[in-house]
Amino acid sequence: MQIQDTEIVDTFAEAFAMWAGRLVITAETAEWALAAAQSVTGFATSIIGCKCEAGIEMPLPPEQTPDGRPGISVLLFAMNAEGLGKRLVERVGQCIMTCPSTACYSGLAGEQQVPVGNQLRFFGDRYQISKLLDGRRLWRVPVMDGEFLVDDRFGIQPAVGGGNILILGSDQRATLKAAEAAAAAMRGTPGAILPFPGGVVRSGSKPKSRYKFLFASTNDSYCPTLRGVAPETAVPEAAGSVLEIVIDGLDVKAVETAMRRGMQAAAAAGALRISAGNYGGGLGQYQIRLHPLLAAAAA
Amino acid sequence: MSLDLTLHTAPEVPLEADVLSPGPLGGLSALEAAKLVVVHGNRSAQLGEFFRVQGSGDGEIHVTGDLSRVKLIGAGMQEGRMVIHGPVGMHLGAGMTGGEILVEGDAGDWVGPEMTGGRIVVRGNVGHLPGSAVRGSAIGMRGGEIVVFGSAGNEVGNGMRRGLIAIGGDSGDFTGVNLLAGTIVVLGQLGQRTGAGMKRGSIISMHPAEVLPTFSYACTYQPVFLRLYFMHLRRLGLPISDAQLTGSYRRWSGDAIELNRGELLLLDSSQTPARA
Repeated sequence: MQIQDTEIVDTFAEAFAMWAGRLVITAETAEWALAAAQSVTGFATSIIGCKCEAGIEMPLPPEQTPDGRPGISVLLFAMNAEGLGKRLVERVGQCIMTCPSTACYSGLAGEQQVPVGNQLRFFGDRYQISKLLDGRRLWRVPVMDGEFLVDDRFGIQPAVGGGNILILGSDQRATLKAAEAAAAAMRGTPGAILPFPGGVVRSGSKPKSRYKFLFASTNDSYCPTLRGVAPETAVPEAAGSVLEIVIDGLDVKAVETAMRRGMQAAAAAGALRISAGNYGGGLGQYQIRLHPLLAAAAA
Repeated sequence: MSLDLTLHTAPEVPLEADVLSPGPLGGLSALEAAKLVVVHGNRSAQLGEFFRVQGSGDGEIHVTGDLSRVKLIGAGMQEGRMVIHGPVGMHLGAGMTGGEILVEGDAGDWVGPEMTGGRIVVRGNVGHLPGSAVRGSAIGMRGGEIVVFGSAGNEVGNGMRRGLIAIGGDSGDFTGVNLLAGTIVVLGQLGQRTGAGMKRGSIISMHPAEVLPTFSYACTYQPVFLRLYFMHLRRLGLPISDAQLTGSYRRWSGDAIELNRGELLLLDSSQTPARA
């Protein structure tokens, strides 16, 4: 399949079942909400080394936030509900409660709920105040600029992680341009985030290593410099650079929407070839094929 | 289909009509509903002696007339919706656990005593002791909401443990007396001795008020939690202004004769931001 001059490989992205929560962060200004969001999504690129994956979903105007202040929504993913609960407590406590003027609310009703404010309240050293409004329990934790307001429990739900596209270009500059265009088109997809820096990752991995102490290592079949030495290569001679965009979503549809937008944008920006990462279908619960995605969009 | 009850004979003495509630009326025909037992003074009577009943009890319940002598309407209510067209007597929604009562008129004393859930909305004024503990009991309202568009009498939320009481007009003396927790919002003026003996909880007013000497001033700030309450009350129709939503509030802690964990939040009009 071709989009303009871009070849779309007939393959699939292999995605995994994860658990997700949505944080709605508000603050006195949009800038402080963004500061908290950037902090809480820091060091959350890959579950492999960060214990969770997170990203900014979208800014929220005051009329869409619980307290009528500027806000921003963030999605956070982990492999199971228990781990997600721990990450939420750590990150809301260290990155949002610490940020001036912020409040943090659960953005998902969720099949399950995990205690967040319920744990962070202890920072209040018995000065914390509970409020129950319309069935929603909140905690007011006294802090030096006033109070930190946080939901007692956050809704979480099953989600999908590891959707991806691989963008192959003639050189680093051209590939970066295509990846930037793709990330820009994918950003803001409701229910989806791109957890890597700027939405793009260059160090794609395979789930094994020749070192016993490592369970993931560089994806040699997509490294242009290893085209002549790797056991298998997926890099054509014309390609000098490969970049990946990983997508986590609240459901498969959100991931698919983001992938479709990304492929179309990358092709329009001059990508040589677009492919997707998978492990032969043996690891992930979801296989998102590229051709049907684009065919559905064209129909 | 809704059940419509219209008062045709005004009771000469108080009529205790706790059967006027979705539970007892649920699924009844008009004829069956008219046979329900009420207490008129010291004698038993049938509902139909006072009310003309139409429709069937499988939807909303509408009660119309001067019900100021009819007590205990909606008492123990668990679910459903009642609309009362006219003034209503004491003990409206006593001990209710769920559902909604809307009063298109005034309500008497003891609105929602010891209720644990649900919502009572009164478009007019209410008497004394809304959301309170009954005499001899230490704990009042334990959940739910009482929203009054008009004013309230004395001892609003006496012994209240949880929930929300919002008064669109003024409230009388001893608002939040012996408050254990929960939230009382008064858009108008507070009477005397607000929060006397309160342990925890929040009392909010949009006007300066007399503060008991056992309360201590903390600071003037913009509590974020108030925004959630005010936006909620706006959705219910109370006239919350932008200045009240975004304003600064003077926080007083009290009552020091008790736990000293309660708060009185008074809008500081001198620091009200100009922006919306």
